[in-house]
Amino acid sequence: MSELVQRKLRVNPILCDGYGYCAEIVPERIALDDWGFPIVAAESIEDEEVLGHARRAVGTCPRLALLIEEVPSRLTERA
Amino acid sequence: MAMNLPAAPSAAYTPVGWRLMAGPAFDTGCERLEDHEQRLKRRPAGGPWLIEVIARSGLRGRGGAWFPTARKWSAAAAASQGNAVVVINGSEGEPLSSKDRTLLSLRPHLVLDGAALAAESIGATEVVLYLSRDSRGTNGAVERALEERRRAGLQEAPIKVVRTAHRYIAGESSAVVNRASGGPSKPMFTLQRATEKGVDDRPTLVQNAETMAHVATIARYGSDWFRKLGTAQSPGSTLLTLCGNVRQPGVYEVDLGARLGSVLDAVGGTVTPPAGALVGGYFGTWVAPQALAGLPLDAERLRAEHGGSLGCGIVAVLPRDGCGIVESTRILTYLAAETSGQCGPCVNGLAALSEAMERIASSAPQPGDLERVHRWIGMVRGRGACHHPDGAVGQLAGALSAFSEHLGLHMSGRACPGHDVAGFPPPPPSGDRWR
Repeated sequence: MSELVQRKLRVNPILCDGYGYCAEIVPERIALDDWGFPIVAAESIEDEEVLGHARRAVGTCPRLALLIEEVPSRLTERA
Repeated sequence: MAMNLPAAPSAAYTPVGWRLMAGPAFDTGCERLEDHEQRLKRRPAGGPWLIEVIARSGLRGRGGAWFPTARKWSAAAAASQGNAVVVINGSEGEPLSSKDRTLLSLRPHLVLDGAALAAESIGATEVVLYLSRDSRGTNGAVERALEERRRAGLQEAPIKVVRTAHRYIAGESSAVVNRASGGPSKPMFTLQRATEKGVDDRPTLVQNAETMAHVATIARYGSDWFRKLGTAQSPGSTLLTLCGNVRQPGVYEVDLGARLGSVLDAVGGTVTPPAGALVGGYFGTWVAPQALAGLPLDAERLRAEHGGSLGCGIVAVLPRDGCGIVESTRILTYLAAETSGQCGPCVNGLAALSEAMERIASSAPQPGDLERVHRWIGMVRGRGACHHPDGAVGQLAGALSAFSEHLGLHMSGRACPGHDVAGFPPPPPSGDRWR
């Protein structure tokens, strides 16, 4: 069965100061640009291990700029 | 007297329409409420019926995004519990655009009719008229129009004027909401649309001034009338600011189904053979000279053929020997200075791009400059809280593509004569205030 929600890692670029910890913690989803700011992959996180890394990155960010956005998957929309 | 309905389009098409700009000659100034109501009759009351009619009319927002108006109204109406806010966005931060201040200065009651209709249709208790502080003529005309409506005793949602410093990004929806809630006119990061959570956390409809004016005509004449101009997916007329290398620069109301060539012909043509044009303003795209005559104006064909849109209705024509690389770089440098300074990728990316492009425009590139420019264009896109970085690099990417041949001259270090060619409007100085 599919997940009922899709989880996407998002960065609030206004809060973000480019500490860059997140790219160390969740390299599966985050790379840094030429100025040290995170480039966050848009696709949803299905893998439990990656989700664990993502949650740790959210908790570690000194600017509280990372969040995991939960969006209803198509399955729930149809239900 | 019969209502001043514009004549049906001719067998071919009418490049220049007269709907919003029908009525007394422009040099007679602002149309008074009395004349407006005599000419157009008093507006009907808004309500859910109007959202239906607007949906059938196919009206799309004229602020630059061309978003279907009825969808926005439906979302705001669904979220409203009788507490919504309507914002008329007349800030017009785009330096190449004059259409909203022209409309608000000459036909303010069309815009105010539209806003009142919006308030009644979505269940709003308050209307905010959002204006740039610098636009004195507009402010005067609007103050007088509001006073006329008060004195006439029109039963309408109260209108509050909110002013902003004149900044490029101050008209972005979340910046409008920010300012109208008492903050600076800087964009905000939000996961919810303004229609759900906007001014003071209330459901908010932010709509460009011209869009409101179209609503005032659609409410009176209906969706079939509106669709007599334009294309199936971009119906109606639109206000177009024509500037640069044209004999008669100004604001024109054009048929969205027309091609640019017929519009140019109708208003006197260009001064010199054009070297290209910027379509859609500073967040727009550049078009090579050979594409100008046949350039479509509607959102679908412009996107399909040129990857851009008319934005808030702008065509700025380059003079002969004008250089799209030089002008695009000037605009990029202006936009880099106009960032609200909030998002790292935009602040750093636009500054870096501007530096590299200044070298390229001056025909003094460093090794790797062009490769870095292309990489950075991809790197900053989509990474701001608002679309400022996307618009800025889109404009640059358009110039690099439309003038790719001429770019070779800049890269080879040969001087470009386009630096000193007058006739294309230079960017204004950047502002320093946000309220």
